[in-house]
Amino acid sequence: MPFVPHTEDEVREMLATIGVNSVDDLFAEISADMRPKSFDIPEGLSEMEVLSKLEALAAKNATDSVSFLGAGFYDHYIPAAVDALTMRGEFYTAYTPYQPEASQGTLQAIFEYQTAVTRLLGMECANASVYDGGTALYEATMMAVRKTRRRKIVVSEGLNPIYRVMLGSYTTNLDVDLVTVPHKDGQTDLAGLKNALDDSTAAVLVQNPNFFGSINDLTELFAAAKAVKAVSIMSVYPVLQTLLKTPGEMGADIAVAEGQSLGMPLSFGGPYLGIMTCTKEMVRQLPGRIVGRTTDTEGRTGYVLTLQAREQHIRRQRATSNICSNQSLCALRALVHMCALGEMGLKRAARVSMERAHICAERLTAIPGVEMLTKGTFGNEFAVTLPVNAFEAIDKLAERGYIPGFPLGRYFEGLENGLLVACTEKTSEEQIGIFAEMLRGALK
Amino acid sequence: MKTIFEQSVAGREGCWPCEGMAEEAYIPKDLLRDGDIGLPSVSELDVVRHFTKLSQLNYSVDSNFYPLGSCTMKYNPKFTEVAAALPGFTRLHPVMPQLRGAGGLCQGALEVMYEIERLLCEITGMAAYTMHPMAGAHGELTGVMLMAAYHRDKGNKKTKVIVPDSAHGTNPASAAIAGFEIVSVESKDGIVDPAALEKVLDDEVAGMMMTCPNTLGLFEKNLPEVVRMLRKVDALLYYDGANLNAIMGKMRVGDVGFDIVHWNVHKTLATPHGGGGPGSGPVGVSERLVDYLPISRVRKREDGQFFLDYDFPKSIGYVAPFYGNFGVYLKAYAYVLRLGGAGLTRASENAVLAANYMRKRLSSHFEVPYNRTCMHEFVISASPQAHKGVHALDFAKGLLDKGYHAPTIYFPLIVPEAIMIEPTETENKETLDKFCDDLIELAEMVDSNPEALTSAPVNLPVTRLDETKAARSMELTDDL
Repeated sequence: MPFVPHTEDEVREMLATIGVNSVDDLFAEISADMRPKSFDIPEGLSEMEVLSKLEALAAKNATDSVSFLGAGFYDHYIPAAVDALTMRGEFYTAYTPYQPEASQGTLQAIFEYQTAVTRLLGMECANASVYDGGTALYEATMMAVRKTRRRKIVVSEGLNPIYRVMLGSYTTNLDVDLVTVPHKDGQTDLAGLKNALDDSTAAVLVQNPNFFGSINDLTELFAAAKAVKAVSIMSVYPVLQTLLKTPGEMGADIAVAEGQSLGMPLSFGGPYLGIMTCTKEMVRQLPGRIVGRTTDTEGRTGYVLTLQAREQHIRRQRATSNICSNQSLCALRALVHMCALGEMGLKRAARVSMERAHICAERLTAIPGVEMLTKGTFGNEFAVTLPVNAFEAIDKLAERGYIPGFPLGRYFEGLENGLLVACTEKTSEEQIGIFAEMLRGALK
Repeated sequence: MKTIFEQSVAGREGCWPCEGMAEEAYIPKDLLRDGDIGLPSVSELDVVRHFTKLSQLNYSVDSNFYPLGSCTMKYNPKFTEVAAALPGFTRLHPVMPQLRGAGGLCQGALEVMYEIERLLCEITGMAAYTMHPMAGAHGELTGVMLMAAYHRDKGNKKTKVIVPDSAHGTNPASAAIAGFEIVSVESKDGIVDPAALEKVLDDEVAGMMMTCPNTLGLFEKNLPEVVRMLRKVDALLYYDGANLNAIMGKMRVGDVGFDIVHWNVHKTLATPHGGGGPGSGPVGVSERLVDYLPISRVRKREDGQFFLDYDFPKSIGYVAPFYGNFGVYLKAYAYVLRLGGAGLTRASENAVLAANYMRKRLSSHFEVPYNRTCMHEFVISASPQAHKGVHALDFAKGLLDKGYHAPTIYFPLIVPEAIMIEPTETENKETLDKFCDDLIELAEMVDSNPEALTSAPVNLPVTRLDETKAARSMELTDDL
C-alpha cells in the first residue's frame, strides 16, 4: 500500500506500546451512528495507471491552438531555471517559516521577493503574497475601509470585470458601498472618478492599463483622492510596469497586481499570485505574511516573519485578515523569474510584447469594418470592434486553431462586437499575419 | 548570505526571453517610468547558485521529519508533479471555457474538476463542492458567506457565529471578516461541552465552526448532541477540514449532520507547497446549501460533455476569478486515484496509530493534559519544565539542533506551554522512535544542562533571531 511504511510486525509493536489490541480500537470514540453510510471510492491505481489516465485527460484539451487571449492573464515565456530551482524539495516541501532558524532559505527568498515587487511598482512595503490579483484588490479595499473608517468605494468600470464581480460578492454582508463609474468607450473616466470622490470616500480603485488595454496617468486623480483623505488603490500589470510610470510615482497608497505573468503558467486559472504593495504608512493594515530583516544572538543577519500581531493566529477575530496559507511558492517563482530574466530581460519581454500588439492592431484595423476601441496609449493588449458579434468571429477561428481574443460582450452590454486581443513575446509576426487573414476571411 | 540584489552588476545580463529589443516609441515620455527598476542584473548561473544555496538553508519534508501539529506535513509523492506539469493542463488559458462553444477545447480540465468534486463528495458525504477557494482559510470565508446567504434567503436575522476556544485562529477571523460577531464557547475535558453551548445558543446564532478531531487531537464525542442543538435554532454547522487526515473512511461529516466543510487538500491529499502555499480549500455543502455555492459550477450534459454553468440566481457570486488553484487540486486528484478508498482509510489509520504511539512513549517525560486516545495529533505540555526555566520554545529550538523541524508550539492557546505533535502516516517507526528518544533526552537535560536548551539552536545557519528588533526596525526590503 503506497506511502505507509509500517510492516505488520511494527504495527503490532506499536499497538502493544499503546496498550490496545487493534487499530480499530483507536477509533472507538466514533460511535456506530457516526460511521460512514457509504465510502464508494474506486480502488487505487498504480502510479503508471494514474499518469496515463491524466495524460489522456490532458490530451483532451486543445493546447496546440494559437491564442490571443489575455484579459489580465498572459502567456509569457518562463525561463527553465524557474522550474528547476523552485521545484527543489527543500523549497517545495517546506511549510510556513514558523521556525526561522530552520527556514532562512524561504525567509530570505520572501524578503528578496518583497524587495523586487516594491521596486517594480515603486512602492515601499509588500506582503509575501495573497491568493491572486482579485483577492489582493479586495484585501486592499478592506485595508482602506479599516484605515479611513468610511464606507464608500469608488470603482472604475475599467477594472477587470471579474474583479468587480468578486468585490461585490465579498462585500455583500458588509457595510460597504460600491459606486461604479462607467468607462467611456473603453477609456477610464478620470473626470467622472474625480467627481465621485467626497469626504465619505474610503478608496478609489483604478486599473492601469485598464481592462481594455488603455493607459493613463493617474497622478491628478490620486492627488484629488488625497485631498479628501481617501486611499488610492491601483491595480497594475507587472510586466508592463518595467516601462510605465509606477503607482508610487503616481501617488498610489496601495498597488496590487496579478503576478501570474511573472513565471506562473496559465494552468487553467491557478495557482496564481496576488501581489500587494503599499506605503509605509499603510503597512500595519497589510494582510498576510511579511518578512523582516534582523540579527541573531551573534549579530549575524537573519530573517523572520514580522508584524505578526496583526495576524489571525494571535488576534483571532480582530486580525487584519484570515490569510494563513498563502502563495509563497508562487512568490518564489516570481522572484526567480525576475532574477533569471534580470532587469533587461524583463524589459525586453515587455517591449517585444508591446511591439507585437501594435503590429497586430495595425493588421487587424486594416480589415474593413474593424476599428480600434482602445484609444491612445496601450501596451500588449488592445480592444477592437468588429462588424459582427465577437462570439461569432471567435467560433469561426477557434475551429481552425486560432483563438482571436476575449469577447467584451460577455461582461459589457453594448460591446457585443468588442474583441480584446493580447500579444506576448511568444506571439510571432507570422501568427499575427495568419490571424489577420483568417479574420478578414471570416468577416467577408 | 548576500542578497541577490547585492550580487547585481550593472550591464550583466540574465537569460533573454526572446530576441530583439523593440523601441519604447509606443509610450509617450510622460507615461514612462523614471530610471532603472533596481531588479538584479546577474547571470543565470548566479541565479542558480544563489537559490540552490538558499534552499540548503531550509528544513523540509524531503530532508527532515516535520511533525508540525495541525499542518499535516506528510510525504508528498513525486508523481503528482508530473501530472500537474503536463502541458495539456499548464498551457490552458482560464477564460477558454467561457468562449461560446470553446468548452470543447478544454474537456479534459473540466472533467478533472467534475471528477475530483465527485470524489470529495463521496469521501465526506456532502451533496456538492466548489473547488474555487484557494486556501483553507479562503474556504472558511466562503463557507461563512454561504451561511449568510442561506439565512438571508430564508429571512432569518442572524448576527453571531459560535467558535470553540480550541478552534484555529482562522475560524474567528473568517467569520468576523464575513461580518459576523464571534461568540466563544469553552471546552470541557478538551471537547465541546453541550451545557456550555446551551448558554450561548440563541436565535441569533447563524452557525458554529467545529474542528473534529479538534486541535487537541481529540474526537468530539458529543457531536450528535451538538448537531441536534444547533438544528433547533436553524443554525448551520461548519466543519473545519484541516484535520480530515484523521477520519477518512471512519466518519463522513455529511452523514453526521454538518452543512459545510472545507478541505485543505494540500494537507490531507498530499500536495506539497513551498513556504506555506499555494494551497487549495474546496468547500462542500449539504443539499440545502447547494443553490448558494459560488459560480461557475461544472456540469455534465447527457451526451457526456462538460460545461460551466453560471445560472444560479441565489449564488454568493465569485470568490475567485476562475476555478480555484487548478494545478493544486489536480495533484490531489492524482493522489486519490493512486490510493483509492482503502488507501485513504489506511492513511488515516496509520496517522492515528503513529500519533498514539508517540503520545504513549512521551507521556512518561512530559505532562500530557488529555492523556487518552488521540487522533492524528496530540498535545504535550512543557509546564513542569517551564517551572525550571525551560520553555516549549526551548524544546522547539533543541529539536532543530537535532535535525527535526519543531512541532507547533503555544497552540492551542488553551494549553500552557503546548507542544503539538503530528507525525503523519508516512514516517517509519525508526524515525518516530528516534524523535521520541531525542525529545526525552532533551527533557532529561532540563536538570543536567538547561543552558544547552535555552541557547539552542547552535547547529543552524543562524542562532536565535531577534524578532522584537525586526518588528521595531521594520527593515522589509533590501535598500540600496
